[in-house]
Amino acid sequence: MGFDLLSELPKLLWLVIGVAGFLAVFGVLLLAVDRGPRTRREWWQAACFLGPAALLLLVGLVYPVVRTTVLSFMDGPGQAWVGLRNYAWMFTRPEILVVLRNTLLWVLVAPALATATGLVYAVLVDRARYESLAKSLLFMPMAISFVGASIIWKFVYAHRPAGSDQIGLLNQVWTLLGGEPRLWLLDQPLNTLLLIVILIWIQAGFAMVILSAAIKAIPTDIIEAARIDGVSPLQLFWRVTLPMIWPTVAVVLITISVQTLKVFDIVRTVTGGQFSTSVIANEMYNQAFRYGELGQGSALAVFLFVLVVPLVLIQIRSTRRSREAQ
Amino acid sequence: MTPNRTDPGGRAPDRSSPDRRGPAQAARVRARLSGAAGSAAAIAIAVLWTLPTAGLLISSFRPEEQIKTTGWWTVPFDPEFTLRNYADVLFGSSSDGRLASYFINSFTIAVPTMVFVVLLAAMAAYALAWMRFPGRDWLFIGVFALQIVPLQMSLVPLLRLFSDGVAIGTATVLPPLDLPGAFQFTNVWIAHTMFGLPLGIFLMHNFISRLPSSIIEAARADGAGHGTVFRRIVLPLTVPALVSLAIFQFLWVWNDLLVALIFAGGSIEVAPLTVRLAELAGTRGNEWQRLTAGAFVSMVVPLLVFFSLQRYFARGLLAGSMKG
Amino acid sequence: MAPSPTPTTTSPSARRAPLAAARRPARAAGAALLPLVLLASGCGYLAGETGGGGADPGSAACEPYAQWQDIGGSVEMYGPIRDDEAERLRQAWQEFSDCTGIAIDYEGSGEFEAQIQVKVDGGNAPDIAIFPQPGLLARFVESGDALPLPDGAADLAREGWTEDWLSYVEHDGELYATPQASNVKSLVWYSPTVFEENGYEVPRTWDAMIDLSDTMAGDGLKPWCAGIESGEATGWPATDWLENAVLREHGPDVYDQWVEHEIPFDDPKIVESLERVDGILRNPDYVNGGHGGVKSIATTSQQDAGLPVNEGECGMYMMGSFYAANWPEDTDISEGGDIYAFNLPAIDEEVGTPIVGGGEFAAAFTDRPEVVAVQEYLATVGFADSRASLGRWFSAHRDADLELLENPIDRLSAELLRDPDVVFRWDGGDNMPAAVGSGTFWRGMTDWINGKGTEETLTYIEDSW
Repeated sequence: MGFDLLSELPKLLWLVIGVAGFLAVFGVLLLAVDRGPRTRREWWQAACFLGPAALLLLVGLVYPVVRTTVLSFMDGPGQAWVGLRNYAWMFTRPEILVVLRNTLLWVLVAPALATATGLVYAVLVDRARYESLAKSLLFMPMAISFVGASIIWKFVYAHRPAGSDQIGLLNQVWTLLGGEPRLWLLDQPLNTLLLIVILIWIQAGFAMVILSAAIKAIPTDIIEAARIDGVSPLQLFWRVTLPMIWPTVAVVLITISVQTLKVFDIVRTVTGGQFSTSVIANEMYNQAFRYGELGQGSALAVFLFVLVVPLVLIQIRSTRRSREAQ
Repeated sequence: MTPNRTDPGGRAPDRSSPDRRGPAQAARVRARLSGAAGSAAAIAIAVLWTLPTAGLLISSFRPEEQIKTTGWWTVPFDPEFTLRNYADVLFGSSSDGRLASYFINSFTIAVPTMVFVVLLAAMAAYALAWMRFPGRDWLFIGVFALQIVPLQMSLVPLLRLFSDGVAIGTATVLPPLDLPGAFQFTNVWIAHTMFGLPLGIFLMHNFISRLPSSIIEAARADGAGHGTVFRRIVLPLTVPALVSLAIFQFLWVWNDLLVALIFAGGSIEVAPLTVRLAELAGTRGNEWQRLTAGAFVSMVVPLLVFFSLQRYFARGLLAGSMKG
Repeated sequence: MAPSPTPTTTSPSARRAPLAAARRPARAAGAALLPLVLLASGCGYLAGETGGGGADPGSAACEPYAQWQDIGGSVEMYGPIRDDEAERLRQAWQEFSDCTGIAIDYEGSGEFEAQIQVKVDGGNAPDIAIFPQPGLLARFVESGDALPLPDGAADLAREGWTEDWLSYVEHDGELYATPQASNVKSLVWYSPTVFEENGYEVPRTWDAMIDLSDTMAGDGLKPWCAGIESGEATGWPATDWLENAVLREHGPDVYDQWVEHEIPFDDPKIVESLERVDGILRNPDYVNGGHGGVKSIATTSQQDAGLPVNEGECGMYMMGSFYAANWPEDTDISEGGDIYAFNLPAIDEEVGTPIVGGGEFAAAFTDRPEVVAVQEYLATVGFADSRASLGRWFSAHRDADLELLENPIDRLSAELLRDPDVVFRWDGGDNMPAAVGSGTFWRGMTDWINGKGTEETLTYIEDSW
């Protein structure tokens, strides 16, 4: 059976129709928004701008949040109320406590290191001769799916018994340094750190791209002035670059933090959540869908919502600060 | 082109404005910023980041027994290559030449979603940044917080919406979306757009809110409506940011498996490449050889997208550029 | 070039705006209308409406399918079977589809266990699903989503399979599914060549097996290899060990009580059995041939674990009959060949060698005529033979033609399963609540391999029930 372009045509046609239709509606909306009645104009213009997104968010995300919260007070099949039992379960089962600890470790380590790597790299290659090539190297992992990336790293951590050829890079290096081949993924908490490395590997590219753009946007006269004052490159970074791009750094940190809280594919692909490496999102998926314990899964999801509160507070502060700056 | 900005990419051919710094000066700056230690660090990071992928690339051309018995770094001493892994992935028994269909499916899912998310996010972000209405900041915080919703928890309610429609009492507000053929993509588009919006709005807000207020206020004072300001000023000025978001959005959707599994299923009519590759990963054994080749096949398009749009990154997003 | 305006150079396009805007609405309206017009006329095209072909229903080949003529339509089927195996499945029912005009759209997913729940909850259940675990099916029977077998299919099933087998999908006297593929999980794979060269004999009792292991260890051959890594299902091969040991040591009644949770999970009898397994799986002199030390069991994939048997690096590997597919293509699997398997020997003479096994069940969520027709067809021996003739598959159907099975292990297993004297028990973990059977049981056994105490492990699983 060869490839039949004709049979693919409907898809492409529907693609074009979909995009064209959307653009048409979008265009009409933008025109209409300036034509309406003068009364309370600001208000209903905002409604036009926010309406489509708000509708999608209400249906796709807000309603599920409400539903999940309700379900977290119910039993497995979601038929009877159980009060706070699921929450009590969450904080008393030893393996769930390990899950909470791991999630904390992830969120403390991954965003900071990914952002730092991206930032350092962006600064170092800025205006270097092969800048765009250098940036592509760091960006490449972004182009791989989480599952694909996890497979790559599982390969890096692979183990063969002492005496035979190693096929995992880490053990190869380790044995060259004189160590015995190790089962890297077995020992906690080292195994969780090795999983975190994978996320850092993926997200550093994201951080680098955004931060590099921010660095390039720093007005040259400021850097020039600093240099005339005889500032060293290191001081330049700490005193000029970093403060100037700090709002962007915060955005990157927050974004990666949220991604980290939701991390799921990496753990599932590499260890399946075994050897005490499970995290909240993974455990939630297991409980809600594999074990049919919807209540317990929902309770874990609600806890995930709670974990975002500190990030929200940081965001509020940063919004307020940039308001004052303006 | 404004005179007080250097050529950001360091390689733009159409440098039309006089640069205040001469090339010699620029070179000196570079030398000072990235001394020997700096270069070493950059190279170290680059090597660390590239090694796993390089290993994957080499492995994808090695025969199965070799992958399973020796490390890929032994290739120089024992070179043996094969295209069989790629043949398996591209023309495997159950997909004779049909991988192209999955490619097209992935496109048909990723491209519209990208357009929808970017434009809707830009619009919402503009409203949240520049319109005045009560509760604006709280709305933004709410949208921001929605990023945390694990999409697994949205799957069931959303699927129920598509399969049952919406009814208030006995009145049908929205009929079930039971779509045939190419129309099935609609569900996938809607689902992906919903899940992509919170981060999209958050990132776009970051760029749009930092546009100089003088431009927008001047236009408003001239009597331009919000629609005009958005279309004539905001969109053109944020092109780099829009493109960056578009690239990221494209990558996320291209690499997504979960949403595709639920809303597109596994049929050749709508299932994207990721579903096919997950299927290829096989029920038998750790089939490294297929996985490695498969991973590269699916990486090609995102890399092409990145390389072709990279110059937009180099120009610099507007973030923070026009403070004060 | 870069749009980098400053407050002083307000975008020129902004100044042009009011003029251009006036001309816009008409054009935009036209642009909006065009796709709508296209949409109306092209709907059928985009919906992919195509005619179906097929065989001549009157031909001799179509005779067996006469009762399902004139129904037509299409049936959505969903299951965990993927890739090559899915392709064989499609081939197996091709003739049925051609003759009756009933199309079967099969979709396989590696995420079946989780996705079927999402699909059913989302109101998007498939017509027929193939369940690898009766416990999972029971969840949908309880919630009322899965439908009992239609009478025709139920009669066929009762004729075709033993009571032992059907009891796993019988709820309140009604059958809910037809058995599909089956497997035996009490097999020990070994290399007849290696056994012959070294004068080893296939052991008839557990003690003889331990003696053989000691002999092998003395000869410098690691007697056992094992691997329990299996993605998110990591741990299940170790549970098979425990299940086999419990069934052989204490008999089917205790096994049933244990699975039904009538005795605690950490009952002294179970502790005894796990200690017996401990003597093999966690004995550094015995494992892990070709892979490393005891702990390497936890990270060795279940599919790769047995391969050293073929390389002469490991003596024996306990794994289900489906492992036949994992040997390299040119391996001679036969009683005197490279690879063969024996039934895990008896611990207690009186109990003998009952079989632990598993398989798949096809259950329906809808009852349209074409779905009923497919269910009836799946319950026939005709389907079982059609699929079996394509290889790597066998059914426990009483009348299945064993001559069609190319693989001697499949033949051996099928014979064991339909022998009325052989007691059969389903893999116990599949019948426990999923949170235990596919959750803490797997996780507990994985931790156990990784060094956790025997009693501590069993108590941990008991606490989660």
